[in-house]
Amino acid sequence: MTAYIMRRLLQLIPVLIGMTIITFAIVHLIPGNPAQTILGETASQEAIADLEENMGLNEPYPVQYGFYITDLMQGDLGTSLRTKSEISSEIWPRLAATLELTFFAMVFAIFIGVNAGIISAWKQNSWFDFLAMMFALVGVSMPVFWLALMEQLVFAQELGWLPAFGRELSGDPIAPITHFYVLDSLIHLDFPRALTVLKHLILPSIALGTIPMAIIARMTRSSMLEVMQSDYIRTVRAKGSGQFLVIYKHALKNATIPVLTVIGLQTGVLLGGAILTETIFSWPGIGRYVFEAINYRDYPVIQSGILVIAFFFVIINLIVDILYTYIDPRIKY
Amino acid sequence: MSDIVLELKDLHTHFFTDSGEVPAVDGVSLTVNKGEVVGIVGESGCGKSVTSLSVMQLVPNPPGRIVGGEINFKDENLVNASNKRMKQIRGNEIAMIFQEPMTSLDPLFKIGNQMVEGIRLHEKVSKQEARNRSIELLKLVGIPRADEVIDDYPHQLSGGMRQRVMIAMSMACNPELLIADEPTTALDVTIQAQILDLMRNLNKEKDTAIMLITHDLGVVAEICDRVVVMYAGQVIEEGTTREILKAPNHPYTKGLIRSLPNMKQKEQKLYSIPGTVPKPKMGRIGCRFAPRCEFAFDRCFQEDPALYQLENGRSSRCFLNDKTEGSLTGNGETIVGN
Repeated sequence: MTAYIMRRLLQLIPVLIGMTIITFAIVHLIPGNPAQTILGETASQEAIADLEENMGLNEPYPVQYGFYITDLMQGDLGTSLRTKSEISSEIWPRLAATLELTFFAMVFAIFIGVNAGIISAWKQNSWFDFLAMMFALVGVSMPVFWLALMEQLVFAQELGWLPAFGRELSGDPIAPITHFYVLDSLIHLDFPRALTVLKHLILPSIALGTIPMAIIARMTRSSMLEVMQSDYIRTVRAKGSGQFLVIYKHALKNATIPVLTVIGLQTGVLLGGAILTETIFSWPGIGRYVFEAINYRDYPVIQSGILVIAFFFVIINLIVDILYTYIDPRIKY
Repeated sequence: MSDIVLELKDLHTHFFTDSGEVPAVDGVSLTVNKGEVVGIVGESGCGKSVTSLSVMQLVPNPPGRIVGGEINFKDENLVNASNKRMKQIRGNEIAMIFQEPMTSLDPLFKIGNQMVEGIRLHEKVSKQEARNRSIELLKLVGIPRADEVIDDYPHQLSGGMRQRVMIAMSMACNPELLIADEPTTALDVTIQAQILDLMRNLNKEKDTAIMLITHDLGVVAEICDRVVVMYAGQVIEEGTTREILKAPNHPYTKGLIRSLPNMKQKEQKLYSIPGTVPKPKMGRIGCRFAPRCEFAFDRCFQEDPALYQLENGRSSRCFLNDKTEGSLTGNGETIVGN
């Protein structure tokens, strides 16, 4: 197992190098002169020449890539063109905001999705199965922004139960430590604040988690149905075990692999693709950060944002791969 | 013989499919006595597996359902038994092993885990006790290094070893009846012989009755005391193994035995019964085998033959046994109507 994990970590190296080549290429694939593009059309020749000198654009590409990698290794993601501040210090709070939101969205999606899938498979063709699968179909098809707006309308505007946007109450900012606000509030032992932060998380988590929930529910159901036809499940029944043991011990574990794959992929999608949700809920996450950077043509930020999101995507898939071998002893790489 | 362990009376298990009702088991009656090995023989699709699953009430429902008859296990009719009662019986009083040892064990749990689970479902023993007993059982079924194998996963064992594990698991609670659904079909011939030996030993030592489902008359000859031949969801002949193999009565059984390869036979081509097994369907009239039978006459197509009782407790579902037909073997009398 340890050998496998080590091997898997080593395999990460070429993947990471590939990622940096692609993000490095972004700046150079922009048609025309990058310095010109960055500075805009009205820039003077001297300014462009200065910037080219500063960015090392006069060097050959391999040398430029070498500089880029060296900077990355030192944790230097460059400077934002818009705010003129270090990207590495700007990006973490936003990444933490997105990770926190993704975590709660996936907890919601997995808990509801897996259980709905199990019960649907258990009571196949029952009214529950029918309703749950219809709900899942609606969940997959529903536009996220519409769901988000409806949530705000009903639960924030009309009922006033939950805050409509932001991560915390304005005018009372938290002193961030990890930038995971739930964690930070707990570290400060500030439980009322933790509750407030959690309340802020509910609506965006549901909006973001609905599509993964629906996909997970459908995958769990079909995977469970397939497993429940198998010979070893018949053996378990023939041993005299009840439905609960059959389903939650044997069938669920055997049905987990495809579900886990979907969970991994969906988590990755949420990390990078939460721009709509983050915009509607004014969530200061990485999706919005990159989105704004695109608007301002802030190339270093776009580059770093993509790199960081891709990095987490790879890490999540690594975790999923490791979980495979933990669940299924037959899987050896 | 007395001491009946299992008695099926006119059992009907039907499948309700989109294309209609299918009587997979169509009025099967048979008995298994204490300590006896009864073979149920027939071609694929004759209803022998569904019969065995019906006893355990493991027929997939939907689409399958027991629609009539009795399954008497030691004077208790299991057709009406509650789910709770069936859970007590399965694996404890009646155990079952299956055709496919490769897929019959859960691939994600260690052998020990699966055996201990089975024992602890029925007996209040500690995990350690159950584990010790599992190791003993594995030794009993001839698994070398039993104390290591118990911590193996199924994929680390061969097919024969897995079937031994299945047998060990089935014997864990000393069942009175073991249902073996083609336990040797998927195995090599040498392993087959070992598994049959093992089952016979268990039968002798623990006095466990065995209901052995097979399509292999060689297996029957090897191990069974008595044989029940099934065709298209019905019992068509029953008797002791020796008599049935030596002097089959029903034309179908005769055909089955003729199609066995014979060492003395010089012919190149093996005999086969012409035609195929009819698909079971509702409301069929006449002998099920008549369309393939070389002895068939008009009556075979117009009436359902009863199970004619012959000497020595034998029976056969063929009009040739009807005295009024004045036939070759006309010495029977009707016992079970149809």
